[in-house]
Amino acid sequence: MRFLLDTEQAEFGRTLDRMLGAAGTPAAVRAWAAGDSGPGRALWARLAETGVFALAVPEEHEGLGPLPVELAVAYVELGRHAVPGPVVETAAAAALLAELPEGTGAAKEWLPRIASGDALVSLASGAAGPYALDADAADAVLVADGDAIRLAAGHGPLRESADPARRLFVPEGGEVLARGPQAAAALARATDLAAFLTAAQSLGVGLELLRRTVEYVGQRRQFGVAIGTFQAVKHRLADALVGLEFARPLLFGAALTLDGEEIAAAKLAAGEAAYRAARAALQLHGAVGYTEELDLSLWLRKALPLRDAWGTPAQCRARLVPAAGGPAPWRESSAG
Amino acid sequence: MNLDFTPEEDAFRAEARAWLAAHVPAEPLPSLETEEGFAAHRAWEAELHADRWAVVSWPEEFGGRGVDIFKWLVFEEEYYAAGAPGRVTQNGINLLAPTLFDHATDEQRARVLPSMASGEVVWAQAWSEPESGSDLASLRSRAVRTDGGWLLSGQKTWSSRAAFADKAFGIFRTDPDAPKPHQGLTYLMFDLKAPGVTVRPIGRLDGKPAFAELFLDDVFVPDEDVIGEPGNGWRIAMSTTGNERGLTLRSPGRFLAAADRLAALWRERGADPAVRDRVADALVGARAYQLFTYANASRFAAGEQIGAESSLNKVFWSEYDIALHETALDLLGADAELADGEWAEGYVFSLAGPIYAGTNEIQRDIIAERLLGLPKGRR
Ligand SMILES: Cc1cc2nc3c(=O)[nH]c(=O)nc-3n(C[C@H](O)[C@H](O)[C@H](O)COP(=O)(O)OP(=O)(O)OC[C@H]3O[C@@H](n4cnc5c(N)ncnc54)[C@H](O)[C@@H]3O)c2cc1C
Repeated sequence: MRFLLDTEQAEFGRTLDRMLGAAGTPAAVRAWAAGDSGPGRALWARLAETGVFALAVPEEHEGLGPLPVELAVAYVELGRHAVPGPVVETAAAAALLAELPEGTGAAKEWLPRIASGDALVSLASGAAGPYALDADAADAVLVADGDAIRLAAGHGPLRESADPARRLFVPEGGEVLARGPQAAAALARATDLAAFLTAAQSLGVGLELLRRTVEYVGQRRQFGVAIGTFQAVKHRLADALVGLEFARPLLFGAALTLDGEEIAAAKLAAGEAAYRAARAALQLHGAVGYTEELDLSLWLRKALPLRDAWGTPAQCRARLVPAAGGPAPWRESSAG
Repeated sequence: MNLDFTPEEDAFRAEARAWLAAHVPAEPLPSLETEEGFAAHRAWEAELHADRWAVVSWPEEFGGRGVDIFKWLVFEEEYYAAGAPGRVTQNGINLLAPTLFDHATDEQRARVLPSMASGEVVWAQAWSEPESGSDLASLRSRAVRTDGGWLLSGQKTWSSRAAFADKAFGIFRTDPDAPKPHQGLTYLMFDLKAPGVTVRPIGRLDGKPAFAELFLDDVFVPDEDVIGEPGNGWRIAMSTTGNERGLTLRSPGRFLAAADRLAALWRERGADPAVRDRVADALVGARAYQLFTYANASRFAAGEQIGAESSLNKVFWSEYDIALHETALDLLGADAELADGEWAEGYVFSLAGPIYAGTNEIQRDIIAERLLGLPKGRR
């Protein structure tokens, strides 16, 4: 067993971090929120050069994947840099298209474009809610209704999200690409992948909120000292770190198994940890944290929607503890 | 990155499982915090030791199997899944033994380790003093030079299982004039039955004498029972707490087994949907702790140090343990008030988790300062 990233995987994360750090993502996020997807798409194009969007696309469709560990590494960075757009939905749509029984035409058309970063694809699944994220900027919107998957023809008006950079629309009309049990199974796997990547994104959001807050409390002075000297401040941040650092192994455990219960555990832990980090960040920034001017708000506003997207905490918990059944889902594997 | 066990590790797991299935007592032993229970646990340690399961990670010459950290984790998972008894020898095995491996002489290791492994000599930790808890370096008990050794005097307290244990290890002030509090301290071992030692048991919240106060009045300790260089006690005592303790003080196997028992209890008691979320959190917490430990074990196996990160560990499992037991007590309803039973005893024990092994306040300071880089505050 070596439950650690290898050097290439760790280096991949650092490369993305450097690239996104230099790219001025906050401006792209603000533009995206205002309905201008130009800077965001430019960012996607640069991300695509690193191979991020090819990770979820199978090799036979000009992708590199599926590579779940690398995907987790990448999506933590996307979260840390608040990259706008349907990043999770595009990867989940790729997984769905790749497995659709009668969807070969759609797969041939869209998968290479997803892998190259040319296509942003959104995905709405009735079970996860009626909205398709960023349908206005997306090149295609897939909609799952029961066991039918269709390509939407259009969408209704913008429904404002608590995070303006998440633009929500109800998709409308369109042709059915596939239906039946195989389509439903493909959808279930795609939905799990969406939950998994949202967990990664949440972890990244939480880590960045913590990093920014640690930096802030080291500078901000009250009573003649940096506020980071006070234990009430320190301990809250220490607890935030405990939450995030115990969500991380669940995320990578899920990457190795892609098992639904492992993903639910990771989603639950990462979502809650990021949310608690957001609460600490808001509190410890004082009034300045309660403003939209400060870039911190770009992450603060994501913590709650990401915690709930593709599986609320309650849904994750219900999946983990069915009323009947044996020991915890992972006990069998760990018991050899 | 993987979570795979090797065929050899799987075989080791199977061997441990089979042995435990054949040997774990059908009825839980009486509480190890009672005289009768202590004796029963000591006998269990001897049984474990007879087939070399007591200290699997130690070298064979001291009664172990010389296995690495992963096999140790495998053993612990099997141990607790089998419902095997709590370890009465754990303070010696987890705290003193690693120090002896790193700092003792060959003679000391040969003399002390085998009887520790067999449970014949049970060790107590004598670090805390009435005036020195979190600020441990302020300790005042003294060791004064005498012919062929040292004379100990002063008072130690909260010494777990010292009411029934045989020997103790602790830190003593040998140079009262040293410029800093953590200088001039010496780490040594002493006999709880030696002349000059008075052991006064202390009842914990449930009345059981789970720890004791030690009064020391010119207790003679020969030079051969000093660990490492005199005066260097602080560094020696601290050197093994981060690395080893972060991994081995509480093994994930224990919490995985407890979470399974909690889920079973929940189903037995009618699967109340109102408690489901807390049961789920217990399962997730145990898995998170297991995987966190696998990651640290991987680092350890790769030769890295686990330093301040062990404080994350401590805060996590101690808070987790309380939440898990509170949930179990809620499920027991009116029966939760009954003082007998493993959940009740486990609950009382869990309440101490955020206090011993360095309080969680101190651990959070370490996390904030050493892992997050926040400014040092006043201590
Ligand atoms: C069940 C149990 C078993 C134990 N077993 C052993 C044993 O075997 N051997 C042994 O040597 N000791 C043992 N201990 C003692 C344990 O290590 C101490 O209780 C612990 O170090 C705290 O010391 P204290 O009790 O003196 O509390 P204090 O240090 O007086 O602390 C009281 C409270 O103040 C807080 N506090 C103190 N300083 C600070 C600070 N700088 N910042 C913020 N908060 C602070 C503490 O966190 C705590 O909440 C045991 C304790 C328990 C409960």
